[in-house]
Amino acid sequence: MKLSVGPVLYYWPREKLLEFYNDLIDLPVDIVYLGENVCSKRNLMRTKDWLEVGERLAASGKEVVLSTLALLEAESDLKRLRRICANEKFLVEANDMGAVQLLQGKPFVAGHSVNIYNGRSLGLLADLGLKRWVLPLELSAETLGDLQRIRPEGVETELFVYGRLPLAYSARCFTARAHKLTKDDCQYRCLDYPDGLTLSTQDDDRFLSLNGIQTQSARTLNLLNEIDTMRELGVDVIRISPQSHRTDRVIDVFRRCLDGDLEPEEGTRLLTPIMPSGACNGYWYGEAGMEQGGGQRNSVQAADPEPPKSVLRNVRLNGR
Amino acid sequence: MMELLAPAGNLPSLKAAVDNGADAVYFGFRDATNARHFAGLNFTDSKMEEGIRYARQRGVKLLLALNTYPRPDGWECWKSAIDRAAEMGVDAVITADMGVLDYASEQYPELHLHLSVQGSATNYEALRFYQERFNIRRAVIPRVLSLAQVEHLVRHSPVEIEVFGFGSLCVMVEGRCILSSYVTGKSPNTFGACSPASHVEWRETSAGLETRLGGVLIERYGKDENAGYPTLCKGRFCVAGHTYHAIEEPTSLNTLELLPKLQKVGIAAVKIEGRQRSPVYVAQVTRVWRAALDACARDPENYHPEAIWMSELGKVSEGTQTTLGAYSRPWQ
Repeated sequence: MKLSVGPVLYYWPREKLLEFYNDLIDLPVDIVYLGENVCSKRNLMRTKDWLEVGERLAASGKEVVLSTLALLEAESDLKRLRRICANEKFLVEANDMGAVQLLQGKPFVAGHSVNIYNGRSLGLLADLGLKRWVLPLELSAETLGDLQRIRPEGVETELFVYGRLPLAYSARCFTARAHKLTKDDCQYRCLDYPDGLTLSTQDDDRFLSLNGIQTQSARTLNLLNEIDTMRELGVDVIRISPQSHRTDRVIDVFRRCLDGDLEPEEGTRLLTPIMPSGACNGYWYGEAGMEQGGGQRNSVQAADPEPPKSVLRNVRLNGR
Repeated sequence: MMELLAPAGNLPSLKAAVDNGADAVYFGFRDATNARHFAGLNFTDSKMEEGIRYARQRGVKLLLALNTYPRPDGWECWKSAIDRAAEMGVDAVITADMGVLDYASEQYPELHLHLSVQGSATNYEALRFYQERFNIRRAVIPRVLSLAQVEHLVRHSPVEIEVFGFGSLCVMVEGRCILSSYVTGKSPNTFGACSPASHVEWRETSAGLETRLGGVLIERYGKDENAGYPTLCKGRFCVAGHTYHAIEEPTSLNTLELLPKLQKVGIAAVKIEGRQRSPVYVAQVTRVWRAALDACARDPENYHPEAIWMSELGKVSEGTQTTLGAYSRPWQ
């Protein structure tokens, strides 16, 4: 299995980004995804800059893939997308069907926000040039297995295995909202939150991470323990999503586990302290994404689906 | 004139929509093939036949929502749902999954396909993909574009565009939100429901009434506050020391005041959300929207939403407030 580094989902200062990718040159990863996935307003790096970073990484022997926006709204978004898709140097990751439209006919990657939930969808995109696809985040190991059995020949499967999970996209910027700003006047507040802005429940459970228009899990997905099963299922690439601190350690741990030089339990012990808000194992066992453990729930199971009678008169159920 | 599309979660709602002036109704089978898979909702085959007859006799169109994403183990079920829809002769099927669209367009080239909002198409390149591959006739767009962006989209779209006009507001791009499955394991894409009632919990505590979803505290109500259903993105959370509706308030979308603009930019149809709501809701909302659309078509220059319409709609809105949502830039 190859190891990839996903696109940086946060808005890091230009210097930090350049340093991050400079460091990656010497780190044991095979594939690097570059580019802005989340917000079209983040402009410290232009397409030209990304291409330059790509050149350097490619020269060091990495496979470089240009990743694209997941939510395309304005004509300017499409304009930038067309430029990226027209590049003849690097493979492109589509994160929206608009990108698939522009990329069809040549090899491309479909990111996890392209909804490939069944074999017919996979086959259709394979006919259009799909070289690699990333399993949608909410699909389980069981569904992955079903899809691997019917996967078209020549198509590689990639899995998001480490990082805060991107759970949703909106027109609204929640980081700006947290600062009582509108999106049009966001003052680039995302720059202050290199791993997103934590949202907690009223009983202090670190629940989500606000990353501009994207909402992520606060917990970090870690599927290190499942590497053997992934191998058995014929997964080709596993993806680490960058975090602001110690992504180098994450890469090192995954690499050593892949090479059989480190036990996953020991690797997890090394990763736990560097996760911003603890771990989850996502949808692997077909349960709620925030769960941790081999399919056991770690949260309170719903007990009473009805509101108490004493308060029913005040409750608006919206027809449910 | 823009078409008025009303929700029909069951036969009484379908009749209410038809009787109160809907041009078309949308409905779904009683299973996970559609995005309002709630207990007791939707149509068995016999009820569906009756509903189709009722609407047909009154010249109202029928659109079938088949807009969730089948995984390999569910594929046969979704496929057979398309077969049944084609057999029943509905006017169009509203669907989202590429595989389902591919099957339907290949097997039933005459069957009209609408791209569901769950298909997450927010730009015309995506619409071109669906039109060229599957010959979709219409697309329902996610509630994320500003009015200016909607206009631009319509101008470049190869197919007609339907927008949401009224009802519960999805803040996230539909079809790409897995917040619900993050907490409950069940999402709109896979299960056809967001924040499912089976995972809701109500608890009276010394701090007030708490509502939880999948064990996660969504809201805590003070003594004088009206409690609401714990839809995940509409709770109060703490960010940087402040407790507020960090994602969105419990509110409904209401675009009544935008009607002349929507008409002018060439929107084909306006959709009312709420298949999970009561027949009374459907009747009330459809009646108001019928009157508004007629008034707007007659004299768009002098159209203004009447106060009585707004108050009628306010009464049935989530949290009794309404918003223009993403159509208005400041909301974003």
